[in-house]
Amino acid sequence: MSAPPSTTRRNQSQTHRQSRRGTEESPLVKWLLITVALSFCTVFLLLPLANVFVQALAKGWSFYVQSLTHPDSWAAIRLTLLVAAISVPINVVFGIAAAWCIAKFNFRGKSLLVTLIDLPFSVSPVVAGLMFVVLFGAQGFFGPWLEAHNIKIIFAVPGIVLATVFVTFPFVARELIPVMQATGTEQEQAALTLGASGWQTFWRVTLPSVKWGLIYGIILCNARAMGEFGAVSVVSGHITGLTDTMPLRVEKLYQEYNAPAAFAVASLLAVLALVTLGLKTLLEWKQARAYERALRDSR
Amino acid sequence: MASKRFNALPGFGLTMGVTLFFLSAIVLLPFAGLVLRTLGLSWSEFWGLATTDRAMAAYRLTFGASLIAAVTNAIFGTLLAWVLVRYEFPGRRFIDAMVDFPFALPTAVAGLTLANLFSANGWLGRFLVPLGIEGAFTPLGVTLALTFVGLPFVVRTLQPVLEGLEREVEEVAATLGAGRLRTFASVIAPSLLPAILTGFAQAFARAIGEYGSVVFISSNKPFEGEIAPYLIMMRLEEFDYAGAIALAVVLLVFSFVLLIVINLLEQWASHFEH
Repeated sequence: MSAPPSTTRRNQSQTHRQSRRGTEESPLVKWLLITVALSFCTVFLLLPLANVFVQALAKGWSFYVQSLTHPDSWAAIRLTLLVAAISVPINVVFGIAAAWCIAKFNFRGKSLLVTLIDLPFSVSPVVAGLMFVVLFGAQGFFGPWLEAHNIKIIFAVPGIVLATVFVTFPFVARELIPVMQATGTEQEQAALTLGASGWQTFWRVTLPSVKWGLIYGIILCNARAMGEFGAVSVVSGHITGLTDTMPLRVEKLYQEYNAPAAFAVASLLAVLALVTLGLKTLLEWKQARAYERALRDSR
Repeated sequence: MASKRFNALPGFGLTMGVTLFFLSAIVLLPFAGLVLRTLGLSWSEFWGLATTDRAMAAYRLTFGASLIAAVTNAIFGTLLAWVLVRYEFPGRRFIDAMVDFPFALPTAVAGLTLANLFSANGWLGRFLVPLGIEGAFTPLGVTLALTFVGLPFVVRTLQPVLEGLEREVEEVAATLGAGRLRTFASVIAPSLLPAILTGFAQAFARAIGEYGSVVFISSNKPFEGEIAPYLIMMRLEEFDYAGAIALAVVLLVFSFVLLIVINLLEQWASHFEH
């Protein structure tokens, strides 16, 4: 290797340098593009985020804590946690069931089923809320019957839960179907052949292999469940202290010209968004690493 | 139905039962209710309710602002995806993760903070308002909010395509004497177009139905600041169910048409991925 580089090699490296130059922008263009892109991100991502916390603390920490511990805001925080605690598990049960039958079996009408599951994503949240008013509202299909039996759905917690389940409907199923399809059925078949029951196979074989996809779906579903505004706004009735979730509380405080308090409640939701984003990035990184390891092992 | 011959796994009946139960109770029943109520209206009644002057003004604002927001996202989303995939710069991974922020942030918070940023004494408004650029409580504000909620779509559909692009093709173009701009226009751009259009259509569809972020930053006044979902809300508060339903059906039909267009675009785009 001590021999001087041959002319052919030098020529090669020269042409290589030339072609690199041909496939790369000049530094000026490159930094101009980066500057424009980062300015766009600053205006639409970084400033709105920073502004939430600065405005929330504009009147100091004691005002901030006071705003959050105000009975009506506190009630909104509790309601939001309650709604998420009901609707996320429903979504998980549905998501696992849907992913199992769609990913592990072949049947006619499968693509129609997948389209129908995705449907709530293309419906305006306000229209989603309206659908439940049409069903359960005072003038709705089941309204008179519900009234006769003294059951309140619209302008009460059940309606908020229903609307939330509707808008979050596809989250878990959508994450699980591709993961379950990718793992195939061989491992489950093997477990069954070795004498495991169906449930044992599910708990010990299927669930561990899809757990990251499941957690990913749960995180996204939870963020949407806690942050939903439009659909919940239609069915809630905005009864202070009773049917206001955190996003609705933010709106009410804002309309009452109490912006610092609105920002205080909003800051909790912004923290939720940041935690969601952090966990999501971590999971994607973990999955990429697992994928690389699997590739290396198979080689 | 299930091809049992190839598959000995249990649980098809149970999981299919659970799936169909939830799908029917949560999605299909509400849809059926809305369709039934719509069929209860005569065609002329429906048309009258769906095309009042106030409704037409609301459609104009909704579709106009959504279109401008989606075009903005197509341009800046393409630029952002390019910069994130092709260049190395400090904070690249952080910005890459932050692109999903509009998906994670509740829309009410987005509307609240954007309205504040662009108001006369907000961080951006204090510079823009003296120049006559008023973002808060104007149609421009509606467009800004819709740009925010649609930001991730184009970036996320374009990134995998850009990563999969073969650099050799660009090298060949350069060797054949094409300048960088020419290479971009005639070699790179055509293979990016389907993904950009898919992201554009997704951002547009999302913007049409958006409510939370807009109500905070719009004036919400009839004929000037009222988007279609907000008008549905107003009709409901007046207990004018028929009026609300007619508007909802218009939005739904439009969403479904866009859904079909997006599916076709995705099929077209998948031809370009290797």
